Amino acid sequence: MMTDTSTLPNSLRTQPDARGHFGDFGGRYVAETLMPLILDLEREYRAAQKDNEFRAEFDRLLKHYVGRPSPLWLAERLTEELGGAKIYLKREDLNHTGAHKINNCIGQILLARRMGKTRIIAETGAGQHGVATATVAALFGLPCTIFMGAVDVARQQPNVFRMKLLGAEVVAVESGAKTLKDAMNEALRHWVANVHDTFYIIGTVAGPHPYPELVRDFQSVIGTEARAQILEAEGRLPDMLIAPVGGGSNAIGLFHPFLDDAEVEIVGVEAAGEGLDGKHAASLAGGKPGILHGNKTYLLQDEDGQITEAHSISAGLDYPGIGPEHSWLHDIGRVRYEPVTDAEALASFQKLTKLEGIIPALESAHAIAAAERIAPTLGRDKIIIVNCSGRGDKDIATVADALGVKL
Amino acid sequence: MTRFAATFAKPRPALVAFITGGDGDTAANLDALVAGGADVIELGMPFTDPMADGPAIQQANLRSLAKGTTTADIFGQAAAFRQRHPDTPLVLMGYANPMTIRGGDWFAAECARAGVDGVICVDVPAEEDPELGPALRAAGIDLIRLATPTTDTVRLPAVLDGAGGFLYYVSVAGITGQQQAAQASIDEAVARLKAATDLPVAVGFGVRTPDQAAQIARVADGVVVGSAFIDIIAEHGDAAAPHVEAFTRTLADAIHSAKEIAA
Repeated sequence: MMTDTSTLPNSLRTQPDARGHFGDFGGRYVAETLMPLILDLEREYRAAQKDNEFRAEFDRLLKHYVGRPSPLWLAERLTEELGGAKIYLKREDLNHTGAHKINNCIGQILLARRMGKTRIIAETGAGQHGVATATVAALFGLPCTIFMGAVDVARQQPNVFRMKLLGAEVVAVESGAKTLKDAMNEALRHWVANVHDTFYIIGTVAGPHPYPELVRDFQSVIGTEARAQILEAEGRLPDMLIAPVGGGSNAIGLFHPFLDDAEVEIVGVEAAGEGLDGKHAASLAGGKPGILHGNKTYLLQDEDGQITEAHSISAGLDYPGIGPEHSWLHDIGRVRYEPVTDAEALASFQKLTKLEGIIPALESAHAIAAAERIAPTLGRDKIIIVNCSGRGDKDIATVADALGVKL
Repeated sequence: MTRFAATFAKPRPALVAFITGGDGDTAANLDALVAGGADVIELGMPFTDPMADGPAIQQANLRSLAKGTTTADIFGQAAAFRQRHPDTPLVLMGYANPMTIRGGDWFAAECARAGVDGVICVDVPAEEDPELGPALRAAGIDLIRLATPTTDTVRLPAVLDGAGGFLYYVSVAGITGQQQAAQASIDEAVARLKAATDLPVAVGFGVRTPDQAAQIARVADGVVVGSAFIDIIAEHGDAAAPHVEAFTRTLADAIHSAKEIAA
């Protein structure tokens, strides 16, 4: 888990600075009521980083509860079909609850327990982070409230029921557009009013410092494992990493342990929805820097700084912002971000399912689509690792609908 | 003497009244607030994601944006207000993104040009002061800081550093327009804050009635009321001004006389 940042002075892995800034991005843009609490969280996290017992408990839960390490699968039929670079899939879809989200939830609930907090809250879009949070809350016996936009509640009924089975209360948020952004606003409002006993498990590498840092550290297990696995399988580092980016937690988890390896090219995939000139969720390609939900980062917004609605077929990518570390990696050019449309993701969703017998989450299908675009342009001696961040069972109804199939 | 200094030098507590710009007939409502006896005006800049606000002000933000209110409109309302009311302090209140999207210097210059006296930015805490603070202070605009029940004595000096105008005590750890804090906790907090600063202390969040306002005015230099005005505007729409003025008068009378009754 927690990455060793005691590396070279020029390392790209030592961000953020003491004030929680990744270059110009990140920071702590919160109401004064929350400020003492996030300072407290930062102190507690620094102590936990130095605590071997905390680390051992995190590792134990990841191994025996989540089922880590997740395999690194050589996708031979996909590789053959594309006729270029060798493609490996990091199988985060095989984790308990079906995605990378659980890695972060395990870490944060251990922090909550350490801080003596007795209630858990979280925001969720499609429900994946909500389910992962409700899962760890059940495991630790803590009451849990999940904020979810009313529109999402209506279209994600199976996940709502899952959360309730796990013992969570699901609050349908009626403000704004009633989707993920509004769920996050409402979770922040609730947190402000309940700071004394409540821990807010943020689901991605966004929000006020130290959230982007600690979520990244908990998710870095993905890249740490992938690095060891590829060295074992191939005896060398990969030529390229590809991962989908909404808020960007699975991507930063894969990327971070490789940031200082200049020979590894890194590609993040943004959701281009209906296309960059239509409705989309590509904050880097179509947005500009601004301040929302506690951090400065690229946002979809108008010229007055009003936040505009995001769109993606993948609910997990349907957010008008992106984690601040991605904004920084974009600006310094270390990571290249490419857009993939709904239609491209939908095609790749079907292709991977048929060729590998793996139904990817629509989020992950965006990364597969980018790999399909890039792999044929590279030689057969090249190696790409794609983050298969989650499984696609949750998306079956969405895909059927998009393909005009009645279930 | 600044407009804030002149206002708080009066031997009576001040009514600080908040409405959202572009929600209802803003010019008429602002005039009604002044006519009814409000001492300081806070004009809210609408934002799509008002994280610190309860349902009443959230809806006001959305109503205003749905009518197409822009940042230029808000500055237009402010400048027109300054023409009509040369002596009443005017504060712009809102969120960081609309205030910083064109840069802090641009925002500060527009405030100065419009005759704005102070700015409250909900989500720029002392730690992120470089975002707005230096630009505002250089332009002679007071940056009004918020203190809350969670602001402890260790943190308070950082909050006060660079603060101007008045100190806004958010009396509940929560969002606007919801429950009111226990009076004893307000008394204690105001005493603690006044021991730490020479700035006037105004108390807000959850204050909806003249009685509540009068209780607070016995110890504070000002009382902030927002959601209760927003409710009136939501109910009466573009014809809210007479109702706003009547309610302002009941609040102002209660607040202005609170210390006489207490004595």
